[in-house]
Amino acid sequence: MTKILVDGTEVDVPADYTLLQACEIAGAEIPRFCFHERLSIAGNCRMCLVELKGAPKPVASCAYAVKDCRPGPNGEPPEVLTRSGLTKKAREGVMEFLLINHPLDCPICDQGGHCDLQDQAMAYGVDSTRYHENKRAVEEKYIGPLVRTAMNRCIHCTRCVRFLAEVAGVPDLGAIGRGEDMEITSYLEQAMGSELQGNVADLCPVGALVHKPQSYNVRPWELHKTESVDVMDAVGSAIRVDARGREVMQIEPRVSEEINEEWISDKTRHVVDGLRLQRLDRPFLRENGRLRPASWGEAFSAIAAKLKGADPKRVGALVGDLAGAEEIFALKALMVALGVTNLDCRQTGEAIDPAWGRAAYTFGPTIPGIEAADAILLVGTNPRTEASLLNVRIRKRWRMAPLAVGLILDEQPDLTYPYTYLGAGPDTLGALAKGEHSFLDILRQAERPLIIVGEGALGSLGAAAALAKDIGAVTAEWNGLGVLHTAAARVGALDLGFVPGEGGLTFSQMLEPGALDVVFNLGADERAIPPGAFVIYQGTHGDAGASRADVILPGAAYTEKSATYVNLEGRVQMTNRAGFPPGDAREDWAILRALSDVLGQRLAYDSLGALRKAMYAAHPHLAAVGAVEASDAVATLDTLAALPAGSEKAAFSSPVADFYLTNPIARASRVLAECSGLARGRALEAAE
Amino acid sequence: MLADQDRIFTNLYGLHSPDLEAAKKRGAWDGTKFLLDQGRDWIIDEMKGSGLRGRGGAGFPTGLKWSFMPKKSDGRPHYLVVNADESEPGTCKDREIMRHDPHLLIEGCMLASFAMGAHACYVYLRGEYVAEKFALQRAVDEAYAARLVGQSNVHDYPFDIYVHHGAGAYICGEETALIESLEGKKGMPRLKPPFPANMGLYGCPTTVNNVESIAVAGTILRRGGAWFAGLGGKNNTGTKLFCVSGHVNKPCNVEEELGVTFRELIDKHCGGMRGGWDNLLCSIPGGSSVPLVPAEQIIDAKMDFDTLRNLGSGLGTAAVIVLDKSTDIVGAIARISYFYKHESCGQCTPCREGTGWMWRVLTRMAQGRAQKREIDMLLEVTKQVEGHTICALGDAAAWPIQGLIRHFRPEIEKRIDQYSANPHSDAVPMAAE
Repeated sequence: MTKILVDGTEVDVPADYTLLQACEIAGAEIPRFCFHERLSIAGNCRMCLVELKGAPKPVASCAYAVKDCRPGPNGEPPEVLTRSGLTKKAREGVMEFLLINHPLDCPICDQGGHCDLQDQAMAYGVDSTRYHENKRAVEEKYIGPLVRTAMNRCIHCTRCVRFLAEVAGVPDLGAIGRGEDMEITSYLEQAMGSELQGNVADLCPVGALVHKPQSYNVRPWELHKTESVDVMDAVGSAIRVDARGREVMQIEPRVSEEINEEWISDKTRHVVDGLRLQRLDRPFLRENGRLRPASWGEAFSAIAAKLKGADPKRVGALVGDLAGAEEIFALKALMVALGVTNLDCRQTGEAIDPAWGRAAYTFGPTIPGIEAADAILLVGTNPRTEASLLNVRIRKRWRMAPLAVGLILDEQPDLTYPYTYLGAGPDTLGALAKGEHSFLDILRQAERPLIIVGEGALGSLGAAAALAKDIGAVTAEWNGLGVLHTAAARVGALDLGFVPGEGGLTFSQMLEPGALDVVFNLGADERAIPPGAFVIYQGTHGDAGASRADVILPGAAYTEKSATYVNLEGRVQMTNRAGFPPGDAREDWAILRALSDVLGQRLAYDSLGALRKAMYAAHPHLAAVGAVEASDAVATLDTLAALPAGSEKAAFSSPVADFYLTNPIARASRVLAECSGLARGRALEAAE
Repeated sequence: MLADQDRIFTNLYGLHSPDLEAAKKRGAWDGTKFLLDQGRDWIIDEMKGSGLRGRGGAGFPTGLKWSFMPKKSDGRPHYLVVNADESEPGTCKDREIMRHDPHLLIEGCMLASFAMGAHACYVYLRGEYVAEKFALQRAVDEAYAARLVGQSNVHDYPFDIYVHHGAGAYICGEETALIESLEGKKGMPRLKPPFPANMGLYGCPTTVNNVESIAVAGTILRRGGAWFAGLGGKNNTGTKLFCVSGHVNKPCNVEEELGVTFRELIDKHCGGMRGGWDNLLCSIPGGSSVPLVPAEQIIDAKMDFDTLRNLGSGLGTAAVIVLDKSTDIVGAIARISYFYKHESCGQCTPCREGTGWMWRVLTRMAQGRAQKREIDMLLEVTKQVEGHTICALGDAAAWPIQGLIRHFRPEIEKRIDQYSANPHSDAVPMAAE
């Protein structure tokens, strides 16, 4: 710890802190543009200049370490002055330079109202201009469908360049030209090739990079902001849903050190237009082969007519990828009351049994835990598309210090960090376990090895667990076996035990032709239900599930309800309602509660609070929002390792074929469709 | 005037052959092994004793700079980088060394590398120096062939020297930008600290020296630091290559003692002032980045670091630009200002935005198309650039303008008056807000 004086206040800070950090600890505000906590230090905007006693000129506080300060002549602590005349003059000077070529188009700039330059010009600038030359004009650049450029406004802080190079791991942005002709560009005006590109617009301190889909549509002060959780993948990124009136206008990241730091993927952000397109806004009934709008009463009586007298063994219930724990809990209660045991949530047919223990289907090390791992084996997963933010953590870990990563998958994707490609399928996993590949030694020598098993390889979970046991990946201190889910609803549904009861059929069995008479489908759109059965679809979008349905019950999307989701780590999180569902659509638990009344099996809760009370009584860990309940990983590992070896020989393939179109909401989005098209084009180009 | 026997660069004008045999006859590579045998500390002490100040412009004591290198390697290699990116307008001394006396440079590289524990040396040449690159490479090849350098050489000190050709950017003459460029990146200065002596090329301890500073090292060590210290004045010792250009009768490069007066330099070596001494307007004594000094102050001034600093200017690279009374002095400084605007790397704000602003205002002033209050504004803008940037290019862009306003404000005002006294039909520049 080193003592330093900031404006006369003495603070004690670690020697490797920068002056900016020391000033913040002392409570002195330092303006900045190029500096960002999660990016490397550039020191180029010069806005953070402060006076350092004894230094010949003001120093950039973001880049100057406390340990580089010289003490006073009699050993006094070094002194920083953030309010002195010299500092003020330096700030005013830099601000003037930033503004001389910056257009005064705040009234039409999308950044207006949340613009760093605007705010800091108010606080640290001067009131009038002395610049009477012509302002610089810079051509707009095309850098993709998600980020619109207004390069006249660029202040060359290079945050976007550093983000893409460091966090996203793609070299797509850079600066060309010199001096005042320097321009930020994607060189050949190509779209950025990252699934995190939207974040560059968040990072941009001015309005040079703004979100293209909502450009000219929103003003920050007319939005009401709701903190929520993302459901586009199982990571459960912390988001803020900004709505104007009933309509969700934009989704922005929230800071969450445990999960997404402060980035979100483009799918999370730009699914917004999917929330209003293709919506189911009233119940529908199929008559004479065609769906017609119906009232809730008609829909319920049609369901009651089918279910009354139906053999519970010929009734099944499916849960899809986006359902909250509340409706899963209510659906299970209703089905149990009806005597139905054909329940399943494992839409991709994952071979997981919650009875093995919670550690068998969660991501053991937790996402921040990745930073402690020293060797990683990816089995049957492409984390970049399945869980982008988790991939960001792996890349972050790789940037901190060399990291050995091995991959077993049927393709060799660009994961943004180097890896050793081991092979494609269960045979490779077996060979690795037998020591036929030197990567085993790396895993053995690692102190905290990590094996990540994707949905594509859950058939070999036992083999992976045996390997984990062999290399000592799971101990009392370190749980180095993680299952990587892709669906936001999955872990919650498994926690709630939404799996076949005694004698019940699994997901795949229920989808066999003639297996069931009635299917209750709670938002499962990824697999086709064969003709024959009467299908009740409860969901939000007119997607595959709805077009196969005989009765459609319109539900609420994740931004329209307060629902509990459990992310892949097993972390319990809750969304909040940012707006109401469209038309006659209702919150999902309420639909089930109303239906239960019609079916004569009234569920014992009349409010969301009462439902949650019942749910927490049955599953206490769900009450601890934000926490990951500890599970007995060592015992679970023994169970898993003792599983009989699967006979499956097919290569592992990632369940995510198209990153941008993994669920009904995303498939309804025009923006994501465009992104998907571009990504396909890139893939084709790469294949040529 | 410097005696002939005290000259270091005895083939400055290329009258003799630059090749190894001829260079050896002139004294290069003489007893290098003996010098190395004296040890690192002896070399550094001699260099310190010689009082040699860096010849690249800043004038930092060379021996002291060498002594900043870690005494023992912590596992990282040490590097010597020779800055041959001689781009300062007016400066043309290093090219003559590389063309005509390259072996002095190569020998100096070996001695300096030895003194700082470096086994590899990179010479970073300016992009435009094509002939110099071939000349230097030829000399390096000769030295390798004669086993003077290389992994196993007659001096028993493994040492490699690489000639790297830049792409022609002024900013790459800044030591950290040079290192970036050498690493294959865009030539943009780094933040300091950490200084190159700690984290330089490829993150390893590195010293960056000017060609002339390195090239004189062999002779200094051979003849002793005391000999060098005996030339020139206190704190401004030794000899220096002066590059005199501009309105003199015979512009030339010449090696002279530091502290020679301006008048002697011009009269003895340059055939005198064009049109006589009364015709002298001012001089820019250290390359385009230092403030100009008006005639009455420069004419009998000693050409050394301290005297010129006290005149509000600097010796810089000793590129003496002489301007006579025919000069459009405002236009000349505007042109220099354009150079800095053109060469600003664009990394940090004050220089990126300020150089363009200063150039535009000055261009108008050169025509008289300005307001008198803008003179003070311009001065203030130069102060806002100076000292607020990552590297010294911001200072270099600001100083010439400060010098102009300090000494020639009446001239600017006169132009403004003349312009406004005459009718003009062109539009008044409009504010762009």
